[in-house]
Amino acid sequence: MSVITFISHDGEKYETPLEEGQSLMQIAISNLIPGIDGDCGGEAACGTCHVVVDEGWVDVVGRSTPVEEEMLSMNPERESTSRLACQMTMSEGCDGLVVRLPEFQM
Amino acid sequence: MTTITETMSERAQSLLPMELQIRGAHLYDRTRRFVTRTNGRKIFTERPIPPVDDVALADIDLSNPFLYRQGMWQSYYQRVRDEAPVHYQANSPFGPFWSVTRHADIIAVDKDHETFSAEPFIIIGEPPRFMDVAMFIAMDPPKHDRQRAAVQGVVAPKNLREMETLIRSRVREVLDDLPIGEPFNWVDLVSIELTARMLATLLDFPYEQRRKLVEWSDLASSMEQANGGPSDNDTIFRGFVDAARGLSALWRDKEARLAAGEEPGFDLITMLQSNEDTKDLIDRPMEFLGNLILLIVGGNDTTRNSMSGGVLAFNRFPDQFEKLKANPELIPNAVSEIIRWQTPLAYMRRVAKKDTVLNGQFIRKGDKVIMWYASGNRDERVFDRPDDLIIDRSNARNHISFGFGVHRCMGNRLAEMQLRILWEELLPRFEKIEVVEEPEYVQSNFVRGISRLMVQLTPKTVA
Repeated sequence: MSVITFISHDGEKYETPLEEGQSLMQIAISNLIPGIDGDCGGEAACGTCHVVVDEGWVDVVGRSTPVEEEMLSMNPERESTSRLACQMTMSEGCDGLVVRLPEFQM
Repeated sequence: MTTITETMSERAQSLLPMELQIRGAHLYDRTRRFVTRTNGRKIFTERPIPPVDDVALADIDLSNPFLYRQGMWQSYYQRVRDEAPVHYQANSPFGPFWSVTRHADIIAVDKDHETFSAEPFIIIGEPPRFMDVAMFIAMDPPKHDRQRAAVQGVVAPKNLREMETLIRSRVREVLDDLPIGEPFNWVDLVSIELTARMLATLLDFPYEQRRKLVEWSDLASSMEQANGGPSDNDTIFRGFVDAARGLSALWRDKEARLAAGEEPGFDLITMLQSNEDTKDLIDRPMEFLGNLILLIVGGNDTTRNSMSGGVLAFNRFPDQFEKLKANPELIPNAVSEIIRWQTPLAYMRRVAKKDTVLNGQFIRKGDKVIMWYASGNRDERVFDRPDDLIIDRSNARNHISFGFGVHRCMGNRLAEMQLRILWEELLPRFEKIEVVEEPEYVQSNFVRGISRLMVQLTPKTVA
């Protein structure tokens, strides 16, 4: 089974099965991962599914797009590999992906 | 000695233009009213609003500032949502405007700042002439981003963590002093008092003068020609002179304290002063006043009316209060649901920057577009039994009260925290929070405010 790992701000690890074709935000919500809100439902319009991609995975999942930047650029917890999980569609190649969660979703 | 004299003279220089500017605008406005013979005449007089089915679709005017007070808003929004979700009103007192009433359409408009501009105002009307203060909520990127970035840090995680303890101790102080077994106005003793304390902290404003902030905020959000509020222009201008004076003094005092070597705080003024884009904000009087008033208004009406609205909602849906008492872990979700149910600000306005089509309607460049958050939050297409408060509603967080896109509420986490702490502290203290009279509501098409909410408390009996 393909797996994704979310690491909470205080270091707790949550592993979830990877559902191909779903966004990372949808996977987090349906697996009740604490720390991902997804208030706007996947429109990249609220910034509450902010994740920080593990450096080693940037080549696979890519960096934030301009539409994500609109919500991320002013986030005080923003890092260089920050993404909005709702804009990351999961594929088989994402098996083993590791993302960290910020302290607050702003 | 030199420093003090210098500070004093600088202070006078910056004070004078701002006050003069406001006084000049006041004079202009008085002359205009005299010449047009509109002096003393109210734009709005309250009349009973007819049932929505007695009104032709094209005549429906959602900008009526009495719609909320008279309890007619639900039926009006619902008919527009069902029959003309993007609705045109050609002759309102605020001119022609489009109403966007469905959840999905509101998100589409809110996130598209390329097509829909937040400039020059986010309220349906406009402030009196020459009083057009500039706020970043009514600016488009990139200027918006620069100004917002300067103050965003006030709600950064570090600050939020520090504020939690402070907020809790203040909530306890206020709740421990409430009268027991006799009716009192919850709005005044709880909602206004708690938000005033919070605002004074955010601005590092003299604590004993905190109600001044509330007074200024109420004036700014109740202008008749801006949103149908009850305040006349003379009152507004006088209040603004007072606000300009008070806020400039605050700014100068902070500057002097920093210069004297005081440790910089985490308040908004310090943040504005330590940012390249805003450190000279005081030299741009209308921007200075606008942005400070924005931050005050943003933290005032909104949280206040969610604090009152929560109590009212639990009285309308008592089973939900029982559910909350039995399951206090539902408080965070209940907070989102209360913010959805109350929707303290009814809308935000945009102006189309180019011709566009929205849900089948052709909107022309220059048209005014109102996103009715209060309608989107009751959209049956998204929320099941939308008029009911359901504290364990699974999608309560999808409410639209904070807006979406680049203008999304900056203080959302702070607001949620304040409300969460309020309910965390209320539950162990009181068995019942009973609304004993019909509430009174604010006159406005923008602020969905409760001005009087008489309640009686029953303390928890110690087992």
